[in-house]
Amino acid sequence: MIAPAAPALKRTALNAAHRALGAKMVEFCGWDMPVEYSGITREHMAVRTAAGLFDVSHMGEIQIRGPQALALLQHVTSNDVSRLQDNQAQYSALMLSTGCAIDDCVVHRFAADHYFICVNASNTDKDYEWIAQCDTWGVEVRNVSAHYSQIALQGPKALGIMSRLADSDPGDLKYYWFRRARCAGVEGILARTGYTGEDGFEFYFPPDASAELWNTLLDAGRAEGLIPCGLGARNTLRLEAGFALYGHELDEQTTLLEANLGWIAKLDKGEFLGREVLARQRAQGMPKKLIGFEMLDRAPARDGYAICIHGKPVGKVTSGSPAPFLKKNIGMAFVPPADAVAGREIQVEIRGRLAPARIVPLPFYKRPK
Amino acid sequence: MYPPELLYTKEHEWIRVDESVGTIGITDFAQKELGDVVFVELPKPGEHVTAAESFGTIESVKAVSEIYSPVSGEVTAVNGKLQNNPELVNSDPHGEAWLIRVQLADRAEIDKLMTADEYEAFIQKEKAH
Repeated sequence: MIAPAAPALKRTALNAAHRALGAKMVEFCGWDMPVEYSGITREHMAVRTAAGLFDVSHMGEIQIRGPQALALLQHVTSNDVSRLQDNQAQYSALMLSTGCAIDDCVVHRFAADHYFICVNASNTDKDYEWIAQCDTWGVEVRNVSAHYSQIALQGPKALGIMSRLADSDPGDLKYYWFRRARCAGVEGILARTGYTGEDGFEFYFPPDASAELWNTLLDAGRAEGLIPCGLGARNTLRLEAGFALYGHELDEQTTLLEANLGWIAKLDKGEFLGREVLARQRAQGMPKKLIGFEMLDRAPARDGYAICIHGKPVGKVTSGSPAPFLKKNIGMAFVPPADAVAGREIQVEIRGRLAPARIVPLPFYKRPK
Repeated sequence: MYPPELLYTKEHEWIRVDESVGTIGITDFAQKELGDVVFVELPKPGEHVTAAESFGTIESVKAVSEIYSPVSGEVTAVNGKLQNNPELVNSDPHGEAWLIRVQLADRAEIDKLMTADEYEAFIQKEKAH
C-alpha cells in the first residue's frame, strides 16, 4: 500500500520573511503560518501599547461585480449592504437558511456594482461556492484570494507609522472605511479595520510586493516599538476584544443571535437567508447564548472544557486563554439564556476539578478613546 | 547546550540525580515549544509520582501541557518560586525553574533515560519531522 501524501501546506508570499525572522511556524487551516516571533505576551502587549504587524494573507478575498451585485449580497449576507457608501466596509455574515452563518466576513463597497469580501482562510472555497450557488441574478462572483497578500498594522502607533508610508493621509479614513492607496510605493487597498480591538489598518496588495513592503513597514515602525506578531497574539487580542472566531463562537450550528451578533442581523432590510429563523428567535427566545467569563482561580480555561452551573454541565468553552493585557484568564462559552447573567458564578471543569469562574460583560477589553 | 550532568526523557523532562534524590524539570526544547509559561501546577511534598506518568501541568499562553515523571518515588520538595514566577521556566529551564525533587524508589529506572548527547540527537530528529 502506498500511503497518500499529506497535502502540501499553502504558503503566503511572506513565508521566507517569517522564517528569516525566526518565527515559530505552525499548520493553520492548511497554511504554514507564524504563530509567534518573540513570544505571544510580548507581541500582544506591543499591539496594546505600541504597534504590531501581522501577515494575514491566508484570509480569502471574493469579488462580486455586476448590476445585481447588491441584490445577491442582500440575499446572502445578514447586514444591510444598502447602507454602505462607496469606500465603506461592513462586518457581516454569510448566511444559511437556518439562521446560522457559513462564515463571518467584511464586505467592502467599491461602487454600487462592485464589492470585495474578506473571508476566513479555512472557509474561502466554501464561501465562494455558496455565494456562486446562491446567485440567481447573473452576478460575477470570483475567488480572487491568490491575487492578494494582506497585512494588518495594529495598535495605537499604527496611524503614525502608516502616515509616513501612505501616499494620502490615512488619518482621513474613518473606522471601517477604505480606499485605494499606495503604501511604501505599493498600490493596494487600505482599510481602517482590524481584529485586535485597537486602531489600525489592513492593507490588501499584490503578493509579489510582499517581502519588501513587510520589511519597509517593520523598519519604519521599529523606533516606536513595532514588532512582527503571529497568530497566537492575533487570537489572544481578538479574545480580549470579545470578537467571535469562526469555528469557535460561530459555526453552522449557531445562529447569529446566539453568538451575540444580533447587531449584524438586519431583520428590517428585507428578505435574506435565515431571516425567518432569526425573527422567530428574536420573538420567542433561543436555546443558548454566548457569554464571557473570567476565572476566579489560577488555571486558565481552554477551548472545549465543560461549563457547569451548580455542578451540572450546561455548555462548552468556545475560546479560553490567559489574557496577556488584562492579566486574567478569560473565555467565552455558550450557556442557557436564563443563566447568561453578568455576575453569575459558574464553574469550568479543568482536569476533573470544577474551577470557579464569573460571567462578565463583553467585551473584556475596550481601548481607551 | 544540554547539560551533560542531566538525564532526559522523550517527553522533554530532565532529571539530575544526587545519591537517591532526583531533581526534575522540563528542557529548553520543551519551554521553547510551549512559549510564555503563565502557570505551573505541581504535586505536594509527600505525594508519589510514577515513572512515565503525568505529575503536573504547565500552562503557557497558547496551550496546556502535561509533565511526565522520569522516575517513581516520593516528592520531597516543590519549587515554590514558580507559583509567582512561572516565567522562570522560560528563562532558566535547566536551573532555577526545577519543578520537584523526588526520593527515588528504584534507581534502575534512570538507566532507561537519555544522556545529553542522545537527547540532542533525539530532538534533532523531532525537529526534522
